[in-house]
Amino acid sequence: MFPELNNLLNTTPDQAEQGKLTLLCDAKTDGSFLVHHFLSFYLKANCKVCFVALIQSFSHYNIVGQKLGVSLTTARECGQLVFLEGLKSAVDIFFRPQEDPHPLQFLREANSGNLQPLYEFVQEALKPMDSGEAAWRCPVLLVDDLSVLLSLGVGAVAVLDFVHYCRATVCREQKGNVVALVHDSGDAEDEENDILLNGLGHQSHLILRAEGLATGFCKDVHGQLRILWRRPSQPTAQRDRSLTYQYKIQDKNVSFFAKGMSPAVL
Amino acid sequence: MLESLLAPGGLVLLRDSVEWEGRSLLKALIKKSALCGEQVHILGCEVSEEEFREGFDSNINSRLVYHDLFRDPLNWSKTGEALPGGPLEALRALCRRTDPVPVTIALDSLSWLLLHLPCTTLCQTLHALSRQDSCHGDSSPGEQVHVLGLLHEELHGPGPLGALSSLAQTEVTLSGVMGQASAHILYRRPQQRPTHQLPCETQWFSILPDFSLELQGGPPLESQPNPDPRTPSTDPTTHLTFNLHLSKKEREAKDSLTLPFQFSSEKALGPSSTDVPKVIWAWVEPDQTLEKWPCLQAAVLRGQEARWTAGSTAPWAEPGYQPHFL
Repeated sequence: MFPELNNLLNTTPDQAEQGKLTLLCDAKTDGSFLVHHFLSFYLKANCKVCFVALIQSFSHYNIVGQKLGVSLTTARECGQLVFLEGLKSAVDIFFRPQEDPHPLQFLREANSGNLQPLYEFVQEALKPMDSGEAAWRCPVLLVDDLSVLLSLGVGAVAVLDFVHYCRATVCREQKGNVVALVHDSGDAEDEENDILLNGLGHQSHLILRAEGLATGFCKDVHGQLRILWRRPSQPTAQRDRSLTYQYKIQDKNVSFFAKGMSPAVL
Repeated sequence: MLESLLAPGGLVLLRDSVEWEGRSLLKALIKKSALCGEQVHILGCEVSEEEFREGFDSNINSRLVYHDLFRDPLNWSKTGEALPGGPLEALRALCRRTDPVPVTIALDSLSWLLLHLPCTTLCQTLHALSRQDSCHGDSSPGEQVHVLGLLHEELHGPGPLGALSSLAQTEVTLSGVMGQASAHILYRRPQQRPTHQLPCETQWFSILPDFSLELQGGPPLESQPNPDPRTPSTDPTTHLTFNLHLSKKEREAKDSLTLPFQFSSEKALGPSSTDVPKVIWAWVEPDQTLEKWPCLQAAVLRGQEARWTAGSTAPWAEPGYQPHFL
């Protein structure tokens, strides 16, 4: 978790908002540092986390998590973290009976219709626990990343339906949060990705968009982060709803500064 | 005017974007209808009923009938909470309703319906929905059905957008500048609009916390082309300590001046030229030679250092050197 990002979003693990969908988006840069931030943030906030990881292995997230002060292994052992490792599951699914339900069932179907099995996996992972188990603060679904589903042949509307159901269950019923990363390819001809990105943008409460610099690679400024609050609980002047900062990713931290105010420049 | 959007009846399209969301305006118009004593039916596909009712007082909420397509629109949960027949049947049920009072129907959102239903089916149903008064035939002119449709325009191609536009009485496109929201209103049925209004206009507005609509004058003109609110709008040349521009006389003086680094035949003439300095003070590294000082080379050739030639060590680099008058 990056304290400076918490300051920008005006939040702390103790005061995390509930019932919100946060959309993470990256364009011409790698926005995975935002995924690592929210994973460690919600684990430190004592939330029950279901992490649908389709990009990297468990050990990768665990190593980064340790740098940020959380142990995914411990969290998984004590039941705080439910980790769906897409890279492993994608292989497993071909060596099991077809009738056995699997979250990534769409991989076996020629016409991948919907993501209902994946939704049911999330629903089961985050359902309220028996009284005998440890009580977690609120459920959180984290997906890294939804664009992969498009690459695997799922339609944009099917992915939007999956997020819709997760929102209805996790955000509305269980008062939890959903965080999902989507790539912005910047390709005007990739209509499916555009529909997914814009459709999720309309569903979300908060959008964090990491962008590469228009001027290209820079050693001291790695990109800029645009923050857009879409659904304030009270309608306010829109002037303060959108902010842009530049950032530099360090070994265990990310520093944010106003545009053009990098310490290396001043 | 935004307040009179509901006046002609029929379909009003609210076209919004990720940057400029239109649900607040939809709720403001719903509040206005409810305050006029109308029954408001909402087909909610994108937000939960609790979230939609948030911000309305109990008087308004009592006039709202929320048809919840959000909770289980595709019947995945199989708990019996889904609306029977799915989204299309829910829409058709709104056509068959029999309310004794004037009615406003809000579709939140048309985009969700358009992504899940064939465009032609949706257009036919919308047509039937917005013409209910003429179908029933027993409604008075004051009891028209108002249909408000929220449309996220980035999600659809020009074909579906054009089809829906042709059905609409009025189109409102939301945008903004400098944090100030604006609505571009296009009346597509000019014969039905109030006589004093133009076929299209732009209205600046803001939505108050209780979802009241407040019309505004818009941002100042000089700031409109500037999308970044933090960029200063003052003239950056006001407090300069130097002149940015030269007068004619100053320009002539500047042009006639020969700068020290400019080579000219006069300078090459040596001591007879008035431009050549009489005393040369110089400091060079011991290994530096005359080759690197072409102007100086021309000047010292007439002096005692004439023996100094290219490639040899400069005289002043030798120990005990005293400068000479040329």
